Amino acid sequence: MILCWLLFVPFIGGFLCWQIERRGAPSQLPRWIALLTMLLVVVLSLWLWLTGDFSLTGAIGDSPSWAREFRVGWIDRFGISFHLALDGLSLIMITLTGFLGVLAVVCSWNEITNRIGFFHLNLLWIIGGVVGVFLAIDLFLFFFFWEMMLVPMYFLIALWGHSGSKGNTRIGAAIKFFIYTQASGLLMLVSILGLVFAHYSNTGVFTFDYAVLRDTPLSGPLAYVLMLGFFIAFAVKLPVVPLHGWLPDAHAQAPTAGSVDLAGILLKTAAYGMLRFAIPLFPDASAQFAPIAMALGLVGIYYGALLAYSQTDIKRLIACSSISHMGFILIGIYSGTLLALQGVIVLMIAHAFSAAGLFIMSGQLYERIHTRNMPEMGGLFGRLGALPGFGLVFVMASLGMPGTANFIGEFLILFGAFETVPWVVVVASGGLILAAIYSLVLMHRVYWGTPRSEASLGGLDPREYSMLLVLLVLTLWVGLYPNTVLDISQTAMSEITHWFAVSPLPTR
Amino acid sequence: MNQFPTQLLALAPLAVLCVTVVVVMLSIAARRHHFTTATMTVIGLSLALVSLLGVLRITPIQVTSLFIIDDYSVLYAAIVLVAALACTMLAHAYLETLPDRREEFYLLLLCSTGGALALIASRHFASFFIGLELLSVPLYGMVAYAFRDRISLEAGLKYMVLSGAASAFLLFGMALLYAASGTLEYAGLVDGLANGGEHQSWVMIGVGMMVIALTFKLSLVPFHLWTPDVYEGAPGPSSAFLATVSKVAVFAVLLRFFTLAPPAANEWLLTLVGVIAFASMMVGNLLALRQRNVKRLLGYSSIAHLGYLLSVIVAGGELGTEAVGVYLATYIATMLGAFGVITLVSSPYSGTDAGALHHYRGLFWRRPYLATVFTLMMLSLAGIPITAGFIGKFYVIAVAVDAHLWWLAGGIVVGSAIGLYYYLRLMVIMFLDEPGESRRDAVSGWGQQSGGIMVLLLAALVIFFGVYPQPLIALVHAAGMAHG
Repeated sequence: MILCWLLFVPFIGGFLCWQIERRGAPSQLPRWIALLTMLLVVVLSLWLWLTGDFSLTGAIGDSPSWAREFRVGWIDRFGISFHLALDGLSLIMITLTGFLGVLAVVCSWNEITNRIGFFHLNLLWIIGGVVGVFLAIDLFLFFFFWEMMLVPMYFLIALWGHSGSKGNTRIGAAIKFFIYTQASGLLMLVSILGLVFAHYSNTGVFTFDYAVLRDTPLSGPLAYVLMLGFFIAFAVKLPVVPLHGWLPDAHAQAPTAGSVDLAGILLKTAAYGMLRFAIPLFPDASAQFAPIAMALGLVGIYYGALLAYSQTDIKRLIACSSISHMGFILIGIYSGTLLALQGVIVLMIAHAFSAAGLFIMSGQLYERIHTRNMPEMGGLFGRLGALPGFGLVFVMASLGMPGTANFIGEFLILFGAFETVPWVVVVASGGLILAAIYSLVLMHRVYWGTPRSEASLGGLDPREYSMLLVLLVLTLWVGLYPNTVLDISQTAMSEITHWFAVSPLPTR
Repeated sequence: MNQFPTQLLALAPLAVLCVTVVVVMLSIAARRHHFTTATMTVIGLSLALVSLLGVLRITPIQVTSLFIIDDYSVLYAAIVLVAALACTMLAHAYLETLPDRREEFYLLLLCSTGGALALIASRHFASFFIGLELLSVPLYGMVAYAFRDRISLEAGLKYMVLSGAASAFLLFGMALLYAASGTLEYAGLVDGLANGGEHQSWVMIGVGMMVIALTFKLSLVPFHLWTPDVYEGAPGPSSAFLATVSKVAVFAVLLRFFTLAPPAANEWLLTLVGVIAFASMMVGNLLALRQRNVKRLLGYSSIAHLGYLLSVIVAGGELGTEAVGVYLATYIATMLGAFGVITLVSSPYSGTDAGALHHYRGLFWRRPYLATVFTLMMLSLAGIPITAGFIGKFYVIAVAVDAHLWWLAGGIVVGSAIGLYYYLRLMVIMFLDEPGESRRDAVSGWGQQSGGIMVLLLAALVIFFGVYPQPLIALVHAAGMAHG
């Protein structure tokens, strides 16, 4: 039942925000409601974290071991049920979602000044949709949330975004984002249906249940095609390089809260989808596809880094650096060793923290100097109070400095993948150098160089300071004591490794 | 002859409608009163709807050689009657200030609905043709009802000429089939044709001509050219009627014809239908991209939607029949909602309807609930989850995947992706702030009007079926077609 609350609390909170604004309540009230809602989500997930048992008990079976489960019938005609389940992987993602949700509400405290209630409706409904994605274990339900979360994100970018140079670009960016993800999502729907009908023709039973569909015997080529449908949907969201076109635009035009959500959690839904669905449902086909996926990951690492280096807009730079980081995640996922998968979890969290921190800071810069164009900055160190100091730390985190969570993530991925694909690791490591280059370039262009004037632009107020401080503490915490996370995800990752490795069942 | 009372009962909905037509006509002749006429129409349609419950006890039953009343026809009759009720409610708000005679509109609407009922229950070419004509001829009048407005009159004439041409094709096709098989019943066609092998090419031409006529009525490519003009020119309630009642009835008979007289033996015909479906998805969506008028845009989008639906005919099968029912029900609710909002924004009548995109600019901040309804309808047309449209699209893709028609499934995916662009654009315009050049709004108390209540109900329905489609699926699943 607590899973339902986790899912519905953001939706209810968002609706309240909108209704309260319409009733003419004071304009700060929706913010407080949104903040309380998100804190409630965090508290609920932390409570699950502390009370749940996520240790590896006994042998790994053919069906996943859920810590909690909730199930009611939904559409009996097709055997679709409202089936939520939680294991270590989803719990980590949900906690992260709740936490970044809090940050998104707080960081838009001064930025969003019109239609506050409706803004928070959209913000909270994104969070609700993402929580649904992380909880849903029925394929229909998963797709349902996967598509649903796009609508509020679309509104967030289209209505509160920054217009670029040419007229309506925020609407253009929003539509681009929506079409990319929706069209690829429909491919996934076709794949889901293909899988369901394959199961139906074998057994005469309609079902969309994850655990049942995992046992569907598929012929090789069919499995490969269906797997591609899933992979493309996730690859667009991650994004993998030839399908990344929406990302820089969406990030650049989105409001800060939108960027934080987008980089922090929406991209992670894709990695989650690969870990939860693409690989366990089609282990053979995935193993066959792994070299291509890893090659795409390599391309992403280098291409993203090169793109990032050439950007002048600070938010676009951070967005492109995300492409590069996601390349590591893709390699980690498809190398399939336990160590690499654990690294993927840590890197996802670390990237969420560091990207959120950088986006929040670029939002704060924009509030002070009203530009995101880096050539117009320079020499800001010392004019902004503690902001550049924080900036330095998050840039260091982003380039994978030891001591930060990003280092642990990248190290585990490379170390774990080395036993299976040494050459990929060798090439990928080169990407770390490029990461250092573009990160330092960011630092240099914005904070160093000759200042335009000596006047102070105003330091951080307590709200901004505490946001960044919390992010910083968490980055260091996970960097210095990653077992907090690794213990929780151990079971789920072992299962995936196991299924990936021993895939050739006699029935397949 | 002791079957006679039951047979009469089976035709009760149609009889009730005919009586209503006469009563409404007489009352108009006695004294013109807009509200009374509208009320009588609503009562007549509701009675017909209630009488369907009685009909349900005696299905399936064949009434003369012309009609077959089975659960299938009851389901589609119910959909048609509900849609007609919705159109009546919209018409009342809209016609209130029409500087002309208002009451005859209801007469035309009732006649046309009667035609739709006859068409749905037909099992014979004679009832097919009579039903189709009874459905179409009053529509000419309805489309041109605001005839002082030039584009309405033009739309009416355009529809009349092209519709007449389509009817000629239909008749010719039927004549050829009769010549080849010697029977006018759908079910008899198969046996009749089996005996006359040498007439095969005549049969092809005959069926082909009938398909042409029906694709015209359903506005499928390449016979779609009239659609945007007529949708744009017709008064809001007429467009709504045209987009819903007429489409449902024609599609229902098309599906029955293809099921009872399976031209499935003709592989090329099914391929042809598939090509028409694919072309409709692409052309409808692509042409909609550049429209600046909401009604035209919905016209093009309806071309695409019927293309999605037609792909089900190619697949056929029991799941296909079910998919058609679910898709049509969700599509009708959505289309009625969308046209309902347009009509409410254009009500009461004051010249050309509020069709231009800028009329809708900032609607959300002036009429939040109405704009929310419209947003929902756009999302439903685009097939986004939590709306009924998603369930319909899910069904259509499921049928295509089940039948291994990958190219049609691909067409649906690509078409939907293109379609998103204009649905989203229309949606976001309502949320933009800049004041438009000319504002048109629904009256402030729109929620209390009959049309407003109807639109809100439709929105609730779209959400309900989007979140919990099980009742709808069970209903459609139960409404099987009687063979024979």
